[in-house]
Amino acid sequence: MQVPAPFDYERANTVEEAIALLDRGGGSARLVAGGHSLLPMMKLRLARPETLVDINALTDLDYIRVEGNEIAIGATTRHHAVLDSAVLAEHYRIFAEAERVIADPLVRNRGTVGGSMCQADPAEDLSAVFSALRAVAVIRSGSGTRSVPVRGFHVGPYETVVGDAEILVEVRVPIRSGTGSAYEKVERRAGDYAVAAVGAFVQLDAAGAVADVGIGLTAVGAEHFTCEEAEVSLRGTPPSEEAIARAAATCAERCNPRADQRGPVDYKRHLVGVLVRRALTRSTASASREVG
Amino acid sequence: MEISVRVNGSHTEADVEPRLLLVHYLRETLGLTGTHWGCDTSNCGACTVLLDGVPVKSCTVLAVMAEGHDVTTVEGLAKGDALDPVQRGFMEEHGLQCGFCTPGMMLTARALLNGNADPDEKSIREAISGNLCRCTGYENIVRAVRWAVEHSAADETEEAAV
Repeated sequence: MQVPAPFDYERANTVEEAIALLDRGGGSARLVAGGHSLLPMMKLRLARPETLVDINALTDLDYIRVEGNEIAIGATTRHHAVLDSAVLAEHYRIFAEAERVIADPLVRNRGTVGGSMCQADPAEDLSAVFSALRAVAVIRSGSGTRSVPVRGFHVGPYETVVGDAEILVEVRVPIRSGTGSAYEKVERRAGDYAVAAVGAFVQLDAAGAVADVGIGLTAVGAEHFTCEEAEVSLRGTPPSEEAIARAAATCAERCNPRADQRGPVDYKRHLVGVLVRRALTRSTASASREVG
Repeated sequence: MEISVRVNGSHTEADVEPRLLLVHYLRETLGLTGTHWGCDTSNCGACTVLLDGVPVKSCTVLAVMAEGHDVTTVEGLAKGDALDPVQRGFMEEHGLQCGFCTPGMMLTARALLNGNADPDEKSIREAISGNLCRCTGYENIVRAVRWAVEHSAADETEEAAV
């Protein structure tokens, strides 16, 4: 029987209460919402917090809404709500395409956006999605709120800039016109972590050139889940097959996958090349339809 | 820690350790062994129960998290002696062999039908994709759920007539 080690359990009814409880825990307290990453790790003693602060009651952080020129996604929004969101579907297909291959429907009923981000698993799909879209994480502490670009959010595997007495409250995604996006994932079996996955968005200008582009790389050791060199190479140029192939080759070369039970390094690099090409090609095609 | 949880419509309460998993609260504390305990890693779905009507894997939910909420287990599917159409579908269409995945399958199916009265085969397969059957019985499970779809309307008519 797998059971976590003993811990103290607290329930927070407001964000302020959650921060106060974390503060009191002094680094030995962890937030829990869906618990679908943290509880399995606690069962295996890979995580051993002394106190769990349950934030499932913070339903005021459960939202997906347009605010000005951004989409704001609350931290306790469940994965299934991201998958089903009409707002996200209207602006970025990448969300539904990624969510459809995150675990399974039952896990998606429970797991949250904030939990996924803060778990910071290198194979976590939404981290790459938000990185591709250059989203911004909103973090609250006892003394106020700060915003951190998602590309500066992850310090390393399972490590983020969120402090011991801080809480990620929201992720904000800029809305871009004339945009297409896509997510491509290869997994060994349905519902598994990715062997490799790639998310992308492409924004075209009136002349059909790439006005802006974002690439997210999952599970392949890419710094900040992206490859800016490949993005720069595409910006301002027509998204030709050759340009996309060059960007894909750059991603494959610059990422830093590790050999593990999901495959050797050369296979993962090969996958990155193929998946970047597919994600950019599909994103470009849907952006073309948007631009008309 | 004292918790009270509404299980299958009945009030339950107990003094539990925070680390007690919901699946063990149901099975050990309450003796409701219809909820099966399988992989322990939120993969297999044998432990699926409805939490406020939503199917979740109870091996990855703490019992204390269910405090103040409604839980439905397979024991709560039938209304008295009248089996749920999903249960009857599993009987009629031979939707089980060893039966280990069956309670989880049926609860996931019940939640699906509550939100969508007429799901097609693709929706059914997608809905149960977090519930593993190792007797390779998916074909019959999908038929069982479709049977429930086709016989739910008739049940309602019968009930209305009574």
